Amino acid sequence: MDERPAVAVELDRVTVVRAGRRVLDGVTARIPAAGITVVTGPSGAGKTTLLRLCNRLEVPDGGRVCYRGRPLDEMDPLELRRRVGMVFQRPAPFPGTVADNLAVARPDAGTGELSTALERVALDPGLLGQEAHTLSGGELQRMCLARTLVTRPETLLLDEPTSALDAEPKLVFEATARDLAARGITIIWVTHDDAQAARVADRIYQLRDGRLAAPTEEVRP
Amino acid sequence: MNAPVGWAGLAVSLLLVAVAAGISWWQRLGLQRQILIAAARALVQLLLVGAALTLVIAPGRSIWWSWLWVAAMTGYAATVARRRAPEVPHLLSLALASFTAAAVVTLGVLFGLHVFPLNGRTLVPIAGMMIGNSMTATVLAGRLLTDELRDKRDEVEARLALGQASRQAAAPYVRAALRAALTPQIETTKATGLVFLPGAMTGLILAGTAPLQAVLVQAVVMFLVLAATATTTVVIALGLIRRLFTPDHRLVYLPAPADS
Repeated sequence: MDERPAVAVELDRVTVVRAGRRVLDGVTARIPAAGITVVTGPSGAGKTTLLRLCNRLEVPDGGRVCYRGRPLDEMDPLELRRRVGMVFQRPAPFPGTVADNLAVARPDAGTGELSTALERVALDPGLLGQEAHTLSGGELQRMCLARTLVTRPETLLLDEPTSALDAEPKLVFEATARDLAARGITIIWVTHDDAQAARVADRIYQLRDGRLAAPTEEVRP
Repeated sequence: MNAPVGWAGLAVSLLLVAVAAGISWWQRLGLQRQILIAAARALVQLLLVGAALTLVIAPGRSIWWSWLWVAAMTGYAATVARRRAPEVPHLLSLALASFTAAAVVTLGVLFGLHVFPLNGRTLVPIAGMMIGNSMTATVLAGRLLTDELRDKRDEVEARLALGQASRQAAAPYVRAALRAALTPQIETTKATGLVFLPGAMTGLILAGTAPLQAVLVQAVVMFLVLAATATTTVVIALGLIRRLFTPDHRLVYLPAPADS
């Protein structure tokens, strides 16, 4: 297997201030590389901000974020983002076909590789030639996940990826994510859905008013 | 060349202003006062500019006065651009840079390759034509690009999150903004001569120049404007990308126009 360090992301007294409000207030955590770590909390608690810090779409006003032991501000952000992929709450398809979308992540990827990426997220490789905007909500979100997988990330950040999905596509997405975690991809999943957290999490962090409570360890052995 | 319009002719042409004001009065538009003020203001401004130009481009006067005039026009145009699109960050400095770049390119070709002789009489009007016509495209390009990046933030950040550099992530939106900003000028260029007779040519013909000669000058002016708008818009777009993304490839917060 790969030589993963025990800790994927380490947050050390991280503070983020936006428009005079402390969105994150001295958050300290060591997020393990193994399994799925879920961060729950009410909306506005700072969950998305916490996630965006991990691939440097945002930077903290105080404290430090490390990925696999290296401070993020010492890493090349473009390399970091290919190693730490992100799926957003609202799927953002690019113009063109599904293949065009996946090729944005890696223009030199062959059709075989793009098909494999679709299969990993339980999508039919026959969809490669289809216009992305014609996919259903659930398919679109899984296409975004496949697009991220094309960069071969070690870690996936999932920002409420199923919040707009119906029950069935939601369960398919969850099963896909569990499968990816079983194959060794670190997953940090933000959700406000406690039932979902219980279904997918190996451990759960509670974020409230910008502060992080100690995690419930190993929900799922 | 004899001036075809004298002071008496100018006074008579005020009848046309009276026609416009009369229509406003007849249809109760309430615009009479504005029409009269606009006409008076235009006349005073033109007379002042005419007087100043007479001084600047008088025979024997140093060409540096004309360059100073061009610099002042550039500065003023940049402030107008900023006023028209306050939601575009850093537009003043970007517009200054873009007008300067366009001046180097267009004046370099026209004077460097001796299409026109370099003197005050040619420099000031040509630079004025270049700056005046590219100002609208500059404002349009800046506004379109800022709007695109703000409205499609999800898409832009999805591209960044895939490891694209900011310039690469912004490329589709830069292309869209540039196409939209340049298209009106291309359409105008296509329609020239068929749909309307442009100002420079009309002025030359009225002033007694042979139509073919006027056409040649007008063609050069159209090409000048085309190159100037292309140059200013691309400088604005590439400059904006540098300002709207951080060095570590994050898109800065862009407030909606109502918030700014």
